Amino acid sequence: MNKKALLMQGNEACVRGALYAGMRFYSGYPITPSTEIAEMSAVLLPTVGGAFIQMEDEIGGIAAAIGASIAGKKAMTATSGPGFTLKMENLGYAVMSEIPLVIVDVQRGGPSTGLPTQSSQADVMQTKWGSHGDNSLIVLSPNSVTETFYLTVEAFNLAEKYRTPVVILTDEVIGHAREKIILPEPGEIEIFDRLPPLEDRPYRPFGVEEGDKVPRFAAFGTGYRYNITGLYHNESGFPSNSQENAKLMLERIHNKLKDEEIIKYEKYQMEDAEYVFLAFGSTSRSAVAAVNELRAEGYKVGLFRPITIWPSPEKAIDEIASKVEGICVAEMNLGQYVLEVERIAAGRTKVSHLGRANGDILRPEEFVNHAKEYFNER
Amino acid sequence: MSDRSKLVDKYFRTENLPHIWCPGCSHGITTRAIVKAIDDLGLNPENVVIVSGIGCSSRAAGYLNFNTLHTTHGRALAYATGIKVSNPKLDVIVITGDGDASAIGGNHLIHACRRNIDLTVIVFNNSIYGMTGGQYSPTTPHEAFGTTAPYGNIDRAFDLVKLVEGAGATYVARGTAYHALQLTNYIKKAITHKGLSVVEAVSSCPTYYGRRNKLGDAVAMIQWMKDTFVEKRAYERLDEEQRIGKFPFGEFVNIEAPEYTDKLYQMINEVEARHEAGV
Ligand SMILES: Cc1ncc(C[n+]2csc(CCOP(=O)(O)OP(=O)(O)O)c2C)c(N)n1
Ligand code: SF4
Repeated sequence: MNKKALLMQGNEACVRGALYAGMRFYSGYPITPSTEIAEMSAVLLPTVGGAFIQMEDEIGGIAAAIGASIAGKKAMTATSGPGFTLKMENLGYAVMSEIPLVIVDVQRGGPSTGLPTQSSQADVMQTKWGSHGDNSLIVLSPNSVTETFYLTVEAFNLAEKYRTPVVILTDEVIGHAREKIILPEPGEIEIFDRLPPLEDRPYRPFGVEEGDKVPRFAAFGTGYRYNITGLYHNESGFPSNSQENAKLMLERIHNKLKDEEIIKYEKYQMEDAEYVFLAFGSTSRSAVAAVNELRAEGYKVGLFRPITIWPSPEKAIDEIASKVEGICVAEMNLGQYVLEVERIAAGRTKVSHLGRANGDILRPEEFVNHAKEYFNER
Repeated sequence: MSDRSKLVDKYFRTENLPHIWCPGCSHGITTRAIVKAIDDLGLNPENVVIVSGIGCSSRAAGYLNFNTLHTTHGRALAYATGIKVSNPKLDVIVITGDGDASAIGGNHLIHACRRNIDLTVIVFNNSIYGMTGGQYSPTTPHEAFGTTAPYGNIDRAFDLVKLVEGAGATYVARGTAYHALQLTNYIKKAITHKGLSVVEAVSSCPTYYGRRNKLGDAVAMIQWMKDTFVEKRAYERLDEEQRIGKFPFGEFVNIEAPEYTDKLYQMINEVEARHEAGV
């Protein structure tokens, strides 16, 4: 069958990907530049029997989505800037109680209401550290409309597989860009559903069965009565004050995301690169253009693009840090992910930052100038 | 009491007892009223979902052997909304405190009422933040004392019944821990009512509210409920002077109105059918 190419906005691709993955519930509160995700969900969910609900605020948006997931539906909520901040407490709840959930953050300029209609990548640390406590979750960053579709499918799969919230960290540029996309047929991408309890043994809502990565999930109303709480809890889900239990539980929640199969990244012109740009999301598009231009002039530069932002692609960055002369982390903020790269590089290579937080994307010529400066001073 | 122990064995997670409540706290009485209502109605426990927020009252959820969800402070109604929309067959009961429901969760409370979604909300109203040690709440009476109102509360209090009625709740009742029988009946009617129902359960926190306000021990506080709360119809017959220092309990609202998940699925079914037919 000849597949038709469509012209689609990033935010719509997100909703299409969510539906492809089986989303049947969306709850949220409108905010630029994420609003189209709510609007498209309101239009499309009922066509497949799914429910859309506009809640009274972003806190209600994520809370209702967690409730829906507990009742067995694949659920999503989307927001930007101030709304993402409001979601933090209940994002932590989903981490702690291990609820599959997809949260989209279409980044805009901050702090505060900031620059509602302009882009930014300044939430990258907030995704990981914004909710209190030692948070661990998965964060994915698409750099195109097509990738927004595929990563949304992936986000649902990871959420179900690892019983965790997954954040899709996109930005105003990707969310509002219109690009060509060819959608996959149903069945072309594998869809993962959370594993139900095993019938041959008593259900342990927060105990991991041999051979499994995470506890099995019984939706409320399916015949397994148990407790879910954001407090530290024992295997039955009842609150526990035991420090030994707290230690083991937090370790388990952290360690389940150390699985290498979660980590995705892309390398471009890296084989013989002496100097490397590290960029994600829309910024990586300018970086590709810059690498092409620099290569044409004989500069040995490459691009490393993390797709999984958290957990960070530590092994890959570690390997690069031991091979190249320098890494330039380019991001639309005053210096955030660069801290993670510096931590991993641990002084083995020169790590620098190229960034700005005024709503404007980083332009290819800025990358080119930065690299030339480096090579000239070498 | 043999009846009580039967209910405990049938519906409590006895392995998690004893509970955390102070001796004399009325949260146990209200929790029992909820369980008694569920038992009297013969609800299938597999379909009963209890959602609670944060507070002493909200700890009730964990002791009950249903599908229980102990959420974040104030957000129980939003979680419950997601559950009910996802599976309207479930009997979803929300357990919440006065602070949980009407301070931090006030926004979710009024909007759940406005939607008239079929949830049953039981507010354990002890007029204080119990769990954090006795700070004033939106239902602490004017001039009463709390640890954060050491010179008397200058805030004015919510009348929860009027608040939720104004917001659109379609069943509203007030009971007290003393009038436990009536309280159970209101909860039963609230559960069977189709739409958003709120039962305010006037409760006592002898440890903090009682002590700060010199109201005596746990028994004296329950006695106060007996002396102060008058059944609504009797209250209405009192003249203005006789009403001083008295409060009404009883049923305040019981009306029929379109229910949210009914409307939602009617719309979804229509859209889905049209979509499948290609129109
Ligand atoms: C976001 C947040 N803010 C504050 C708290 C602290 N806190 C826990 S319970 C509570 C008040 C509970 O009072 P109420 O709802 O009236 O219930 P009670 O304990 O009196 O039964 C507060 C302020 C919290 N857990 N979370
Ligand atoms: S502090 Fe008050 S509300 Fe909390 S358990 Fe003790 S008496 Fe009950």
